[in-house]
Amino acid sequence: MPPRPPAPPARFDDPRWAAAVALIVLLAAGVAQAQAVAAGQPGVVETILKWTPLIGTGFALNVAISAIAMAAGTLLGLGLGLCQISLLPPVRAGSWLLTQFFRNAPWLVLLFWCIFVLPFRVTVFGATVDIPNWLRATIGLTLPVMANVSEIVRGAVRSLPGGQWEAAESLGFNRGQTLRMVILPQCLKRMTPPWMNLYAIVVMSTPLASIVGVEEAMALTRGALNAERRGDLLIPMYGALLLAFFAYCWPIARATRWLEHRARVRA
Amino acid sequence: MELIAEFFRGLRASTGLNFTIFYDPFDAARFWRAFVTTCELALYSVALSLAIGVAGAFAQGARFAPLRWLVNGYVAFFRNTPPLVQMYFFFFALGAITPTVPDDIGMEVPLVSNFAWALVALSLFAGAFNVEIFRSGIEAVPRATVEATEALGYTRLGAYRHVVLPLAFRVCLPALNNNLVNLVKTTTLAYAIGVPEMLYVANQIWSDALNVTEMMNVLLLLYIGLVSLLVWLMHRWERALRMPGYGA
Repeated sequence: MPPRPPAPPARFDDPRWAAAVALIVLLAAGVAQAQAVAAGQPGVVETILKWTPLIGTGFALNVAISAIAMAAGTLLGLGLGLCQISLLPPVRAGSWLLTQFFRNAPWLVLLFWCIFVLPFRVTVFGATVDIPNWLRATIGLTLPVMANVSEIVRGAVRSLPGGQWEAAESLGFNRGQTLRMVILPQCLKRMTPPWMNLYAIVVMSTPLASIVGVEEAMALTRGALNAERRGDLLIPMYGALLLAFFAYCWPIARATRWLEHRARVRA
Repeated sequence: MELIAEFFRGLRASTGLNFTIFYDPFDAARFWRAFVTTCELALYSVALSLAIGVAGAFAQGARFAPLRWLVNGYVAFFRNTPPLVQMYFFFFALGAITPTVPDDIGMEVPLVSNFAWALVALSLFAGAFNVEIFRSGIEAVPRATVEATEALGYTRLGAYRHVVLPLAFRVCLPALNNNLVNLVKTTTLAYAIGVPEMLYVANQIWSDALNVTEMMNVLLLLYIGLVSLLVWLMHRWERALRMPGYGA
């Protein structure tokens, strides 16, 4: 028996998949369109286009929530991650506990926790400020982001060879300088792929905010479906929403793949 | 039991902390039933997603190209769309076109219950990640090992079952561990389609008894307990499967 040629490496991020997925959705929309026109109702595509501007603003809120949660979570997580590699045992233990707690709690439960437990109105210097729902949801998403970034930082620092620390020490760097000038710059490259991965996960978690009453894309889609009251719209509308998220997250996944691949070749 | 109930009644009287689930038989019954539902949902979806991962990773190496495309398309799509939207899509969109059957009292009930839809959605979502995880494990199996199985006359399935998968499994256990933890946490999404799991019932209880903070903390502790149990089991398993000479 001749040796079997090795199977080509499977690649989930081949651009053809996006094309295939888009094609299937278009076909499904076309079929639904034909049926709707036959039944004398406005077509499915027209209806989706009619709602697109509204749901688009909701999607912008999804993106905003994810960006704010990611930015704040990264800053907090960076600090927490550095505390995890502190030389002081109590600091290390405390930050480890905090990280594990927020990493292992379900995101939805944390979201509920922030919605119910955080005040909906605060008084700062005599001025009363309402905290909108979406901001509290953003805080709810920031906490797990913080814990995950903390683990990414710790993992990246630990993945560097110990020789780096020793070399810096022999050159007379103190611990702060070593971290700032030697360790963290090298970690940055290692942290980028998992960090981008985390961002994709955060974007995909933003629809959770609809459960706690934030008017983002998911909630608006449900609202649109309730307003239309048409069974044949269910699959196309939810399908379009899935596709919108896919269109946003998939390039991130591809870029992450590319960065990982590049790092592997260099190593 | 009566002692515990007495303690929590006393706690309510003295501090105002109202843990109804420990002294109110009705709340206790529905909460522990929800706990069991969450465990069932987690257990079944872990098993199903593992099966999807194993089968999908095998199909990714198939020589029949359309099968590979199908698996790749599935993985790309489910990895890059929000699990909540997937669940709504399954329950509301696909659930609307699945047939209904009459139940004992003649009411039309859907053939696929919301628990089953949650199970399907969660398994497909986690399964897509598992396919990728198993694939990375399979890629880590040395080429020479696969060639050796060919020389010994293994079929592709035989080699996968007896040689490649056992090796790949050990390589990808840490990543798998991570994904399964995520899956257990994601079971809370079943709340959105009305599966009476812990979050859903906790919500009912705090709507009735107005003990949001107490129930919230009970929930967090229980989920962290469940996840810790899973992590502990997986670590034990990892140690039991460890091969000398492989890994650090």
